Amino acid sequence: MDTIYALATVRGRAGISVVRISGAYASKALIYFGSSVPQPRCATLRTLVSPDGDKLDQAIVILFPEGSSYTGEETVELHLHGGIATADAVLRELSALPEFRLATPGEFSLRALHAGRLSLTEIEGLSDLVNAETEVQRRQARRLLDGELAKKASLWRQALLRCMALLEAVMEFADEDLPQDSVPEALELMIELRNGLAEELAGIDAGERIRDGFEVAIIGPPNVGKSTLLNRLAGREAALTSEIAGTTRDVLEVRMDLEGIPVTFLDTAGIRESEDPIEQLGVERALARAEKADMRIFLVEDSTAVDSVPPRRPADLVLRAKGDLLPECRHGTISGRTGQGVRNMLEQVVVELSGKTATAGAASTERHRISLSASIASLAEAISEIEGRGRHEIAADELRQASQQLAILLGEVDIEHVLDELFSGLCIGK
Amino acid sequence: MKQSNFDAVVVGGGHAGAEAASAAARSGGSVALVTLRIDGIGIMSCNPAIGGVGKGHLVREIDALDGIMGRVGDQAGIQFRLLNRSKGPAVQGPRAQMDRKLYRLGIQREMETVERITVIEGEVTDFIVDGGGRIGGVQLADGSEIRSRAVVLTTGTFLRGVIRLGEEARHAGRVGDRASTRLAERMESLDLPLGRMKTGTPPRLDGRTICWDGLEDQPGDGAPVMLSFLSKGPLARQISCAITHTVEATHCIIRDNLNRSAIYGGHFRGIGPRYCPSIEDKVVRFADKVSHQVFLEPEGLDDCTVYPNGISTSLPTEVQERFVRTIPGLENVVILQPGYAIEYDFVDPKALRPTLELPALPGLFLAGQINGTTGYEEAAAQGIVAGINAARHAFELEPVMFPRSESYIGVMIDDLTARGVSEPYRMFTSRAEYRLSLRADNADQRLTPKACSLGIISNRRKELFDTKMADLTSAKAAIGDCSLTPNEAAKHGIRIAADGARRNGMDLLAFPDVTVDRLVQIWPELGGIGSDVAKQVEFDAIYGKYLERQQRSVEALKRDEGRRIPGGIDYASIAGLSNELSGKLGSARPETLGQARRIDGMTPAALALILARIRLTERQTA
Repeated sequence: MDTIYALATVRGRAGISVVRISGAYASKALIYFGSSVPQPRCATLRTLVSPDGDKLDQAIVILFPEGSSYTGEETVELHLHGGIATADAVLRELSALPEFRLATPGEFSLRALHAGRLSLTEIEGLSDLVNAETEVQRRQARRLLDGELAKKASLWRQALLRCMALLEAVMEFADEDLPQDSVPEALELMIELRNGLAEELAGIDAGERIRDGFEVAIIGPPNVGKSTLLNRLAGREAALTSEIAGTTRDVLEVRMDLEGIPVTFLDTAGIRESEDPIEQLGVERALARAEKADMRIFLVEDSTAVDSVPPRRPADLVLRAKGDLLPECRHGTISGRTGQGVRNMLEQVVVELSGKTATAGAASTERHRISLSASIASLAEAISEIEGRGRHEIAADELRQASQQLAILLGEVDIEHVLDELFSGLCIGK
Repeated sequence: MKQSNFDAVVVGGGHAGAEAASAAARSGGSVALVTLRIDGIGIMSCNPAIGGVGKGHLVREIDALDGIMGRVGDQAGIQFRLLNRSKGPAVQGPRAQMDRKLYRLGIQREMETVERITVIEGEVTDFIVDGGGRIGGVQLADGSEIRSRAVVLTTGTFLRGVIRLGEEARHAGRVGDRASTRLAERMESLDLPLGRMKTGTPPRLDGRTICWDGLEDQPGDGAPVMLSFLSKGPLARQISCAITHTVEATHCIIRDNLNRSAIYGGHFRGIGPRYCPSIEDKVVRFADKVSHQVFLEPEGLDDCTVYPNGISTSLPTEVQERFVRTIPGLENVVILQPGYAIEYDFVDPKALRPTLELPALPGLFLAGQINGTTGYEEAAAQGIVAGINAARHAFELEPVMFPRSESYIGVMIDDLTARGVSEPYRMFTSRAEYRLSLRADNADQRLTPKACSLGIISNRRKELFDTKMADLTSAKAAIGDCSLTPNEAAKHGIRIAADGARRNGMDLLAFPDVTVDRLVQIWPELGGIGSDVAKQVEFDAIYGKYLERQQRSVEALKRDEGRRIPGGIDYASIAGLSNELSGKLGSARPETLGQARRIDGMTPAALALILARIRLTERQTA
């Protein structure tokens, strides 16, 4: 297998840049750079020199021996002085070595998986952790990385195995003296298992939201102050504002970290019937995004006039806009211009979205959703077969399918397919 | 010195040996069958029954390859029952009680009447090994030599076999046989990986001393389902078995004497089968159960011996007598032969190729109990595989493989050679991941064409098979040509979704309670379909939707599993493979990725590594 290398830190100006090298010849790279091989797992200062005598850098070098590294292979990390040119010079030298090549995206993690250092769901967790921006995201990624889903899935599989054994007993030992009819116990277990899986599946929506962010749409008639509110939230002139109704045409987004919850606020076109086809398109877009949003903030100038477009949901928030123009400061008012009521609004958003995050389980990706749904469907078939026509061999076949789906969840079967999909999404160097 | 020449020598005349000799002969080879006693050929040393769930599947497959077990079993059968009749066809297995003598004589007749088989009575004491380290034949105790390019060893429990009856022990295979110790020493010198197993039998009872009145009767099926595709019906007179049960007093006697049992007295260290426990085992492990069933199975029509299935034991004779007589109906029973336990060595079948050839001594094939299996059917199925491949080895032809997706035989061979055994190996339908397509009823469709292309079946079977397939094809076509709308179906009392879509006869058969008979009521022109063919069509329709899914999975499996691993692969050089796994891979030397997958302790990560190495090797050699 080739020895692979890549820049592990972001390319650009920085204090240090880390180049990671993994594979059988990783430590040979040091010799090539005219340096001796340091003690394993000891940060050691070394001067790296190219074969034609050019001093490349003075770097901190760490050797992780085979079996004690992230990938499981011998790994060397070069902590170089930050900057594009130094890292590029080192990478260029490495590319000249036989059996060495630049890592493909996710290849270090792939090797970790192959060496049994990490399970598939743990790698998903790692990928999420690298991408985590907020505290809630970090916690969710940590749970995956700590193998919470893998542990759950293996418990589910144990329960499935038990169901299968109970069913098989009555088929295989048809002519023998069985202690008891084991089908009722199998059925009970199957129903329990199906409910457990369904609960996990129900939590995936929340898990996905945590990873990708919740969306909160600001909705209301034209010129009510939606863009002004967005700008207040962003702390900058993110949206163009004016006295003219219908200034906002497109949907503008501002990402925020609200007490660890990733939230994207959407500024939308004011809802009204318009002759202007461009504005009308903007209104349609606003309604479409409002439909998909997790929560909507309706800004109104007259709280007694309730618009039915779009239809309200329990999670929505209705606020009296332009609160600064009112004679007194009242509850339920907001002003983007002065900031009045903004903190109150954010608190309410946090309360609402925290409620949603509470249902999140360990499963959080589309891949998890597909495996879980398929497992549940097979279990449901098996249950109805046992309750209905009683063809145990078909029920057993469905249980086998369910078990296979859980194995896919754990990355045990169909591995090439799963890997292709997973690693294409990972950044290079991890 | 006497010397003779054959293409293959089969050592042992049990179920594996007889089937191997027959298969090698059908493959065109001249065969010498060497056995200690000619009248011991085809003996049923344990229970007098053939078939069952899983085992019945194997018998049908043996039959589909034109083996002898099913045909002879049907001639000797005195009670036929289809097990799991109330469940789906995939788990239904034919089972038959045997007249032991008729069965033995039937097998002996098969061996004697086949021109290419020569039966030789004698003791094989050694192998002849040629200069290239390959097998060259066998040596007998009288000094004579039989030369052959292939040898099939089917000697059951002869490797360090010890019989135990209570505290007594003696060296032997079955009761009455001497263990072939000299050959065993030769086998030991090959330094093969060995394991130790144990198994037991119940006492044999004198049926004339059983009080049958008042015992529950267990009759055979009204319409017997035969073991062989060729048989029309039973030949021998049919009888019933009876069912009785142990009582608290039985359990008391057993409990009080546990320390005198060979199995419980600490005399045995071999592994016994969990699914076939001794009565001592049952009393200890299911202590809260106050009674166990005992099936009283007559061993023959003119034989008073009765086999009490369910009370295998190794207690002293005197204790056996006492506990047996507490069982209702057996109050005055006379024991003809006490139950005993036997402990023996087996060769770890991971040391074998999927042809059952031993790479340590090319040309030597092992089949049957010596490979860690139990049961006549498992032994016979291995006999076929070894027999065909021994003949092909002698003729220098390509070996014949049996994939998992095609037969239970393939499932067993793969389980044995890739995974090995942890207890005496018995066939279960749950071992087959493609159970819905590997049915007893379609064994001929799966295997007879293969047998035909190997040239190992009789003309009669080929003609019958061809006729059946032609009937089946035309029946399916005729049924497929008939179709109706949901409204029309409703008029005939078949309720289906009112989606306006027309459904043909095959679609309708997938609905509950729709049979070919029902279709004939709607379309009288289907009336010409025979009942056997109709049943076959119905079975195929029941599983239609599942079979498609399994088919997809079979194809995916074939792609992955069938991926050949180059012979010279050096597992130790694959970084990331644990020492334990690379050691296991090195000794098991899997030929495909599928076999590697089933090695104990294999991880998906390790498989991916092997796959990567295969790809790399392919790239380099391309």
